[in-house]
Amino acid sequence: MKSSGTAAHVPAALSRRLFLQSSGAAALMIGFTLPAASGRALAAGLGPVFAPNAYLRITPDNRVTVLCGSAEMGQGVLTAIPMLLAEELDADWSRVSVIQAPTDQAYKNPLFGMQATGGSTTVRAHWEPLRKAGAAAREMLVAAAAQRWQLDAATLRTADSKVIAPGGKTLSYGALVAAAASQPVPANPKLKDSKDFKLLGKALKRLDTPAKVDGSARFGLDAQLPGLLVAVMARAPLPGATPASMNEAQAKAVKGVRQVITIAGGVAVLADGYWAARKGRDALDVQWNLGANADLSSAKVSAMLAEGAAAASAIAKQTGDMAQTPAAGSSTLNAQYEAPYLAHACMEPMNCTAWVKGDEVELWVGTQSQGPAQGILSQVAAVTPAKVKINAMMLGGGFGRRFAPDFTIDATLLSKLSGKPVKLIYSREDDMHAGYYRPASVAQFTAVMNSQGQPVSLKVGIGAPSIMAASGFMKLPESGVDDQAVEGIADHPYDIANQHIAYGRREPGPQVWFWRSVGNSQNIFFIESFVDEMAAAAGQDPFEFRRALLRQQPRCRGVLEAVAAQAGWGQPLPHGVFRGIALAQSFGSFVAEVAEVSVSAAGVPRVHRVVAAVDCGMTVNPEIIRRQIEGAIVFGLSAALYGKITFKDGRVEQSNFHDYPLLRMNEMPRVEVHILPSTEAPGGIGEPGTPPIAPAVVNAIFAATGKRLRSLPIDTSLLKQA
Amino acid sequence: MTQLTVNGKSVSIDAEDDTPLLWALREQLQLTGTRFGCGMGLCGACTVHLDGQAIRSCTTPLSAAAGKHVTTIEAVGRERIGKAVQNAWISHDVPQCGYCQSGQIMSACALLAEHQHPSDADIDSAMSGNLCRCGTYNQIRAAIKDASTALGQGAKS
Repeated sequence: MKSSGTAAHVPAALSRRLFLQSSGAAALMIGFTLPAASGRALAAGLGPVFAPNAYLRITPDNRVTVLCGSAEMGQGVLTAIPMLLAEELDADWSRVSVIQAPTDQAYKNPLFGMQATGGSTTVRAHWEPLRKAGAAAREMLVAAAAQRWQLDAATLRTADSKVIAPGGKTLSYGALVAAAASQPVPANPKLKDSKDFKLLGKALKRLDTPAKVDGSARFGLDAQLPGLLVAVMARAPLPGATPASMNEAQAKAVKGVRQVITIAGGVAVLADGYWAARKGRDALDVQWNLGANADLSSAKVSAMLAEGAAAASAIAKQTGDMAQTPAAGSSTLNAQYEAPYLAHACMEPMNCTAWVKGDEVELWVGTQSQGPAQGILSQVAAVTPAKVKINAMMLGGGFGRRFAPDFTIDATLLSKLSGKPVKLIYSREDDMHAGYYRPASVAQFTAVMNSQGQPVSLKVGIGAPSIMAASGFMKLPESGVDDQAVEGIADHPYDIANQHIAYGRREPGPQVWFWRSVGNSQNIFFIESFVDEMAAAAGQDPFEFRRALLRQQPRCRGVLEAVAAQAGWGQPLPHGVFRGIALAQSFGSFVAEVAEVSVSAAGVPRVHRVVAAVDCGMTVNPEIIRRQIEGAIVFGLSAALYGKITFKDGRVEQSNFHDYPLLRMNEMPRVEVHILPSTEAPGGIGEPGTPPIAPAVVNAIFAATGKRLRSLPIDTSLLKQA
Repeated sequence: MTQLTVNGKSVSIDAEDDTPLLWALREQLQLTGTRFGCGMGLCGACTVHLDGQAIRSCTTPLSAAAGKHVTTIEAVGRERIGKAVQNAWISHDVPQCGYCQSGQIMSACALLAEHQHPSDADIDSAMSGNLCRCGTYNQIRAAIKDASTALGQGAKS
């Protein structure tokens, strides 16, 4: 998602309160110059410690602990954030550990203005503040050593968590904890030149791996409390649905069931454990009044969005002169593309443990929106935000789904109403039936090509629901253009003189939400497929056709040329295997992918190999980058091959992994990721690998079969040989 | 009361007979390393060993485990194969979000107990029941092969 939105409501009183609490500790008490300096007390904890800002503490045992305010959902922030800080601190990496920070404005994501994790922003947002935090601490440690030794600080250097004097004598950072704490915090600490980086750009091992291979990693679902009740809900299948009838007595007859509570999101059964709650929920047999959406069907969605695309009038981009008469020999190319609703299907089902204790709320939850949750839940529980404590747990996948507030709101309400600590679990089916979905979308393209096969104009109408309007923390701009609905198309990199790109907002009903790469996830499929169609119409090679339209776009062109070279574009392939290529710029990064695909006589595509080239600016950890790109490719491939949430009679037709399949081990292609060297500022990496894979595969299928697929998921019946 | 042996310890669990083994492990024994993913045996996140066989604990009723030996991710590292697999997982830095990895490791251990040198086809057939939404399949495959090599060398020395 983009970095707009309002700051979470966190009063200054919160950080002040915590600041005063630790005033007895040997924590620094001066200077508020660094971003987040007011949060230093959060980092300090108890005992002698050097905590010059909210992000780190150094203890006398010479250990550095980094506090990470971003949520770890697999993307590697628990390693990347410490690397940023440790680089400038000159810390001994083997003595650096990381913990999840509390929820506090000290840890707000500068690009969002709130403590939240998403939009592939964590490294981009913290690239400077985290390095400054480390650099400031280093300067204070050096100043303390200079004082101790009576030497000029300028003669001292640092390495491996030690200050080193010209003669070779050393003091460990741990030995300088108390002395450093009394140094002034530098207002503008000097940052290293990137050529001097020792950690950044290195494939260091992830810090969270050991706990994830012995079962000890604590996800939200693992929260344990005395007297905990487990809640399972019959959830409203669509926004606006209300319970028409239920059998509460039958639910309460299930052994272990304690309470049945109706809230806005549905009806909850609270029991001693999951199994009793689940059986109780089933016994409850809630029948729903679906209201206005009772006749919602996928056919209706498609028709509504196609009408929106045709009537699109909110202008996202307008260049040149669309009214000019095409020159002699021109041809016109029309195509309509469609993408379905999608579920996030995180491996860990949505859950939250909440305990409303009088005027305090405590949560144990894996959430991408720590800051907003604090503000929202304070309203839900009618307490001040400072009284909402969120214990950040690991996220068993996020992909945008865990940015949503539904499970935290429901859990808090259920605890408040029951008077008990409550662990709310949405089962797989519950989340898929009544979830938050990537919006369905329809795009209609018209291109005019001149007699040389060059596109001279491009008109696109996009019909789609608005995530910005649905989000609750963004607003649809006055232009009426939802940036998230048009991204990937409105900002495409190709040099076409005359363009008109418009949005037609249509709202079929289901709750729409951010899904890994957001609008790019469908729009790059649309436009990169259509660019392939233009290349075919022009009789040109799809790689060369793109390359010629990217003369003004060196970074797009760079990844395109790199992927073609690495994939051996134009070189022979095994019999029956064909290549497709696609490109995307998203979240500040540039990714091109080539897919090698064969199609069986039964019409089933098989992706054998995917090559990706990535320009994401300067790198923090290249191995994490490669894994994120590979994982993003798998994510996009599952969607391209199988992903669809469809509606019939107002209900979602899918429920679990048998009818919402994900890619499995036996279908996994070989993946090669090539990172282009760059001195540009870092770009995002969690999402940019997803958008190009669907069009790369569909373009390869066109190369293999001559059939152009214009909707997802891939319909194998269209590819079956007669 | 159901009697069984979990991670080498004899336990009795007070739960309804139809309670899935998964919830008995997680809620009664606080062994939360075994994960809930789908509840239908479709994703493999809940994989444990029942008398040495990899099974889906979310669809295995507690009654079916009565009198048997259950091993979970918390204890599999005490076994030679489990230790080798966990070491390989660490050296390949396999996990991303990590949620599915307990189940992946339990399936991989069962595979290596049966095939000391599994082929790619063996890996596909043993591991395709374990979903990974983060897409770590290639790293899982590489780690299984490394664990296989390490176990082979251990046997020779």
